[in-house]
Amino acid sequence: MKKIVRAFTAIFIVSIILIIWVNRLNASEGYTGENTITVFNWGDYIDMDLIKRFEEETGITVIYETFDSNEAMLTKIQQGGTSYDVAVPSEYAVERLKEEGLLYPLDHEKLPNLVNIDERFLDMPYDPGNQYSVPYFWGTVGIAYNTRILGNRTFESWNDLWAPDLRNQILLIDGAREVMGFGLNSLNYSLNDKNPEHLYEAKEKLKKLWPNIKAIVGDEMKMLLVNEEAPVAVTWSGDVSEAMWENEYIDYAVPKEGSNLWFDTMVIPKTADNIDGAHKFINFMLDAEVAAQNTDYIGYATPNKAAMELLDEEVVNDERFYPPDEITEKLEVYESLGKETLALYSELYLQFKMERK
Amino acid sequence: MKARTQKLFLIPYYLWIALFVIAPILLIVYYSFLDIYGNFTLKNYRRFFSPVYLEMTLTSFWYALLITLFCLIVAYPTAYLLTRTRYKQLWMLLIIMPSWINLLLKAYAFIGIFGAHGMANALLEVLGIGSRQILYTDFSFIFVAVYIFIPFMILPIFNALDKLDKTYIDAAMDLGASRWQTFLRVIFPLTLNGVKSGCQVVFIPALSLFMLTRLIAGNRVITLGTAVEQQFLVNQDWGMGSTIAVFLVIIMFIIVALSERGVRNGKKAKN
Repeated sequence: MKKIVRAFTAIFIVSIILIIWVNRLNASEGYTGENTITVFNWGDYIDMDLIKRFEEETGITVIYETFDSNEAMLTKIQQGGTSYDVAVPSEYAVERLKEEGLLYPLDHEKLPNLVNIDERFLDMPYDPGNQYSVPYFWGTVGIAYNTRILGNRTFESWNDLWAPDLRNQILLIDGAREVMGFGLNSLNYSLNDKNPEHLYEAKEKLKKLWPNIKAIVGDEMKMLLVNEEAPVAVTWSGDVSEAMWENEYIDYAVPKEGSNLWFDTMVIPKTADNIDGAHKFINFMLDAEVAAQNTDYIGYATPNKAAMELLDEEVVNDERFYPPDEITEKLEVYESLGKETLALYSELYLQFKMERK
Repeated sequence: MKARTQKLFLIPYYLWIALFVIAPILLIVYYSFLDIYGNFTLKNYRRFFSPVYLEMTLTSFWYALLITLFCLIVAYPTAYLLTRTRYKQLWMLLIIMPSWINLLLKAYAFIGIFGAHGMANALLEVLGIGSRQILYTDFSFIFVAVYIFIPFMILPIFNALDKLDKTYIDAAMDLGASRWQTFLRVIFPLTLNGVKSGCQVVFIPALSLFMLTRLIAGNRVITLGTAVEQQFLVNQDWGMGSTIAVFLVIIMFIIVALSERGVRNGKKAKN
């Protein structure tokens, strides 16, 4: 018994000494609230060289942490254990954070580089007047297809997916709003439609797509596209552009009925300690040259107009990822549906998933 | 003094049970009575008894049953042979080792192996059978699930077999029982406890599998686990998610109770 007590005491004392030591080390390295910011971003979603450059330019140390889903990020910010100064939620997560009062308003005077952002992407319905968020990257939901397998076939309409010769050839991304969204779009309804009758109609139509569906998958979509698991996929443009680097036969189209326009944005959550530093970081990322370098690295579409002038012509003129106005006009941002309608979307989506036979 | 120190040692145990077993279950039951706005409701339970969720429960049961059955079919002979080898601990270690690797990693590996252009299809091609769809079928789902759960089935059966007094077998043989009779009438009944705990350890988690349903079955199999995940993460409908979890807990209790009773009866029969 005595031995156990002694062992416990020893461990306890050692832990305390270690904690004090780590704190001291952190302080001497400059890891204190004053001189650091914690950035909370998606995995592999920034050019790390830029963080070094930011540290050199401003003398602020950046602690970089990553998450893999909006929901995981939301939960961590709600719990508030870590002092995240900048986070990168998608637009629907911005709405949720806003509703729960978890965001600091942005001080636009501290963000002079905001003028670089294309006006088309400012003042969106999820954040009027960009009070809380600044767009980081944007993209669409569309159809990826493999030209090596399908030849000259094109996908101009969502309804092309229902073609009988595509049996067991389609992968869908596992998202209630994405799948229900293109179901609604294929019927020429809005993907923010709240009319239950239209939603049921969309579900019934999606049910008829089952013979063509090979699987409904998540993050592994990129890998599956590259490995040519199936020649057709409904997914986010970001995944597709990454897959294209590894498989040259992949092509991408946004159907004419319209589709979803998504944003990842930079915000300052209520967990922030260093609000001034957070503004500096956001402003830095909005700089034309920085944004161009970052876009080059990530390969998603940038909302930064000034950066686009610095990018390769070929990239910026790629209408698949920087669609012309006549297509962008038809794109819709996900609106907050309210909990009840969102639950109906998910319930119908679950039913659709259950009814495969 | 002695009794007091004994009680002292029990405190962490009680705390553990209270904080990590009882409190979560109570919380789940509490949440299951809330709707999405946080008001008291019984609607979640009514929803659970709608065709969608009942069908889901049945599918979950069916797949969990298949997984447990195939696990048992593979695990029992394996464990039996293991007890007869010379380096049983080493073999056991080799069998347990894959369970140290992260589940997600193993699932991704299987996507590669079973994929349209993966190793399995390459092999079928060489054998002249021709490539076919393996990934995203019932077969691949059950195969991978069985692969993942097998160590958990082997371990208790192995322990039971290993502890089995060899003299029983000798006695049976001496009394003229054939090998098959010895197995059926002596070995199997005496290791039934191991089989039961193995089945429990496999069946219960198999009932709420969710990651594999997407990664390996491509959402062509929907289990209660998938529904719980979606209710919590996507819908933020903690009430419905908790209601499904409550039913999972109840089902679990029933299974444990049933198999415990079976064990007691078995013991009685032995006497």
